[in-house]
Order: sequence, then structure tokens, then C-alpha cells
Amino acid sequence: MEKNLKFYFKLFITTFSLSAFTIGGGYVIVPLMRQKFVEELKWIEEEEMLNIVAISQSAPGPIAVNTSIMTGYRLAGVLGAFVSILGTALPPLIIITVVSKFYDAIKNNSSVNAVLLGMRAGVAAVIINVIIKMVGDILKKKNLTSIIIMVLSFLAAVVFNINAALIIVICGVFGAIIYSGLLYKFKGEHK
Amino acid sequence: MTYLQIFVSFFQIGLFSFGGGYAALPLIENQVIDVHKWLSLAEFADLITISQMTPGPIALNAATFVGTRVGGLLGAIVATIGCITPSCIIVLMLAYLYYKYKNLSTIQGVLNGLRPAVVSLIASAGISILALALFKTEVTTLLNVKFSDINIVSLILIVIGVFVLKKYKSNPIHVIMASGVVGFIIYALIL
Repeated sequence: MEKNLKFYFKLFITTFSLSAFTIGGGYVIVPLMRQKFVEELKWIEEEEMLNIVAISQSAPGPIAVNTSIMTGYRLAGVLGAFVSILGTALPPLIIITVVSKFYDAIKNNSSVNAVLLGMRAGVAAVIINVIIKMVGDILKKKNLTSIIIMVLSFLAAVVFNINAALIIVICGVFGAIIYSGLLYKFKGEHK
Repeated sequence: MTYLQIFVSFFQIGLFSFGGGYAALPLIENQVIDVHKWLSLAEFADLITISQMTPGPIALNAATFVGTRVGGLLGAIVATIGCITPSCIIVLMLAYLYYKYKNLSTIQGVLNGLRPAVVSLIASAGISILALALFKTEVTTLLNVKFSDINIVSLILIVIGVFVLKKYKSNPIHVIMASGVVGFIIYALIL
């Protein structure tokens, strides 16, 4: 991939339009980013994208911003990170500046509410599609540990309302122990 | 001095909000209402409504909204920059470390543990978004949902949306926009 002006412009337009059209914050933008960067543009591989999202979630700050920084950095270093953060931060700045001026007029406008109601259904469809794909990818690999982590963390988040950051930390530590052989090293030292 | 205060406040919000938008709300409430008295409680409720109906990360929406109220356009820009500065520093450091050490077995182990958890977190957020789109009233628990609470138009839109996305691999942004148009036609013109 050539890092010319056209590439940076494309990166900017991509992050700008993702941020400008996704109602509902970080967890909506992230699946859309995955779809855009992995499936449409094919700039990043599926597994690496999940790594990027995982790292972005373990840092503080808006997840959409963090993910766009990571993605931009992966594609084109620090300059890429700044281009994509600019693309992500500009739409809210523009839209909210405009909306807060007309808020009282917009709040009770039935046409605006009708469009929003429809768009919510569209957003839900997009998310469902992405979730089906992502869960399918995990199941296809038939790695029992991954499946158990997925089910337990889902229950932790949905049923027990445990904080996302805490789930991330626990799964990270668990993964380090299970996969990297730390457990075996530890056992070895005791023998 | 006000601009410096705005910057410092949103820097703190960016720095201490782990786990995305909704985790940032209590921090924003604390800074904006309790510490600086920039907004009243009613204005804060408006801010949440606006954030939910406009695209983009909630923390950035809040930054622009509060910044505009306190210091006009410059205030909005200062607040946004304050909010994303911690992310820029921390995520760029993590990105640098990740791409430098990603072949270490411990890092790979951590990421192997995180990937399924990320899928679950996105799925759990997806359920809330689905519930918001699907039910007429605010649904707090899925246990006492009545069939009559389901918004049939939304349900149909979601099913068609998922089908179109799966079958034709349509651009998600087009699907969201088309849903908005259909929503406008059905809710504003027909019903």
C-alpha cells in the first residue's frame, strides 16, 4: 500500500464517515470499522483487527477514538494515527455545534424523530450482522478455551453487569497464563 | 483561564474513563455539574439525549456540547482536544509496544485471551442497541417483555437489513441511511 496523499485522504474520509454516521458510540463504530478495514478495504486482517480493538479497550478514553488511533498507527505510523483521529473527532465537533444551536427546535420535531427511529433499526441490523460473523469466526476455529472465554465474558457482561474494563483485564491475564506457557514454567520451577 | 479549566476537566474525563462512552457519563456529570457547575441537571439530561441521537462517541459529543456552552466554538475545540489527548498519548505508546513486541509469547497469550472477550463485549452492547430499536418502551430487563411492546416496523426493518447485508454485502452506512429514509416515510408520512 502506497502512503501517498491519496491514501491519507482515503483514511481521513473513511474515519470521518464512520464517525459521522454511527449513532450510539464506541461499540457501534468498532464493528463498522472492522467491516470497513477488514472486509471492504482489506487493509487489516481479521485477527489483527480484534487485537487492535482489544488493546484499544484496555486503554482509557473513548473506544472509537482509541481504535482509530491504533488503526491509523498500524496503517501509516504516527501520521496515520493523527489523520484518523482528526477524521473521528471532527464529525461530533461539527454536528454537536450545529445541533446544540437548534436543539429546542429539533427535540420535538416528529420528522427528525421518525428518521432517527428508522436509523436505529438500521444500526441494529448492521450490528447483528457483524456479531453473527464474529461469533461464527470464533466457533469455526473450534478452540475450546476461546469458546469458554467468549461465553463466560458474555454472561459476565450481560447477566452480571460487570465493568468491561475488568472483564478485559481478567481475560488478558487468563490468556497470558493459559497460552504463553507461563503455567508450565511456573509448575516447572516448583518441581 | 476558563479554557484551561475546560481542557483540564476533559483531560481527566478522557484519562479516567475505562470501558467506553457510558462509563464516561458519571465522570462527565461530576466534572460538569458538581465541580464546575457548567450545566444544570436538566441541561445534562439534554446532553445525554443529544448524544444518543447524534453520531459519534458520547465523550466527544459531551465535550463539544459543554465546550460550546462555556466558551463558544473555541471552547468546543479545547474540550475535544482535552478529551482525546490522554488517548493519543496512551494508545500511541501501546501501539508502539504492540508492534514492537507482538511476537512475544506472553503478548500473544494476552491477546488470545482478549479476542473472544472483545467479541462478547460487542455482542452485549449489540443487545442493548437491539432492545432500544426493537421495543417501544424502555426495556430494562428482558424477562417481562410483552409481545405488544415490539415495534413491528423496526422488527421488519432489522430483518430486511440483516438479510441485505448478508446476501449482498451492502455498505452498512447505506443500510443505516436507507433505514432512516424508510423510517421517515413510515412514521412521519403514513402512521
